[in-house]
Amino acid sequence: MTLSFEDFPPGRFATFGPRRVTREEVLAFAAEYDPQPMHLDEEAASRSMLKGLSASGWHLCSIMMRMMFDGFIGRTASLGSPGVNELRWLAPLRPGDDLTLDVEVAEARVSKSRPETGIVTFKCSVRNAAGQQLSEWVSPIIVHRRDPMTGQAG
Amino acid sequence: MRFFEDIAIGQRREVGSFTFTADAIKKFAAQFDPQRFHLDEEEGRKSLFGGLAASGWHVGSVCMKLMVADGQRQAKEAAARGEKVAIWGPSPGFRELRWSKPVLAGDTIRFASEVVSMRTSEKRPEWGILQARNFGTNQRDELVYSLLATAFVPRRTS
Repeated sequence: MTLSFEDFPPGRFATFGPRRVTREEVLAFAAEYDPQPMHLDEEAASRSMLKGLSASGWHLCSIMMRMMFDGFIGRTASLGSPGVNELRWLAPLRPGDDLTLDVEVAEARVSKSRPETGIVTFKCSVRNAAGQQLSEWVSPIIVHRRDPMTGQAG
Repeated sequence: MRFFEDIAIGQRREVGSFTFTADAIKKFAAQFDPQRFHLDEEEGRKSLFGGLAASGWHVGSVCMKLMVADGQRQAKEAAARGEKVAIWGPSPGFRELRWSKPVLAGDTIRFASEVVSMRTSEKRPEWGILQARNFGTNQRDELVYSLLATAFVPRRTS
């Protein structure tokens, strides 16, 4: 069944993963979107502040999006997101890391301008296999409310 | 790329533009954000976006791509003048990311960056911390994307 606004009460939602991030995909994303030496070149990366090859932060964001899609957005009556309140890159994503995503509902409210929808604000956190937190972010997503006549989303 | 000392609050740079073709939108979406309105024209038309829309993460990643390319052009120019080249550090994150309008297939987005604040790092005196507002504007001059980004920028004294 499709998830709707009513399925996201505030509190812990779920945990997804693990998702392995390969060296090949780190280099491929960096080559296309973020070709800084710290994301592409082992030698330059070892001299960088991050002390070793690390994935682009935008790659991590994109992988987190895919983990959210596979975890629940793909079966949610989502209408998209207006943005991200805050996102922090706390530690580097290394090639070979296994990512786990923790999802919490920080806030859920009915939209004033579009009362058939609600705004669910998610607080998400991603960690590696060692339990080190790599990133956290807070972002609202617009979700259809359940139709009172049919009980179905949207 | 420039050193911390070469940058001033209020400085604005145009970093380049990018046309989001339907193919590029679908390719990114298939890999990272396969929501139906990012993959299919008809589904896009039926959605709030009103057309095949790029994933917001695609828009953010393209902005990064153009920022890096602009920085590399500046580095090349500095090297050609015989100057020391600044290598920027990582970013601790961003705030206030707004996908204020959809980026639809065929849209050309111009990206720019404006320096908002600057301070030196207490923990790492060889680095400065810069905050910049990055913008994306479409061919109708509508703001489609903005965020307040933070980055470590090397100081010339190091």
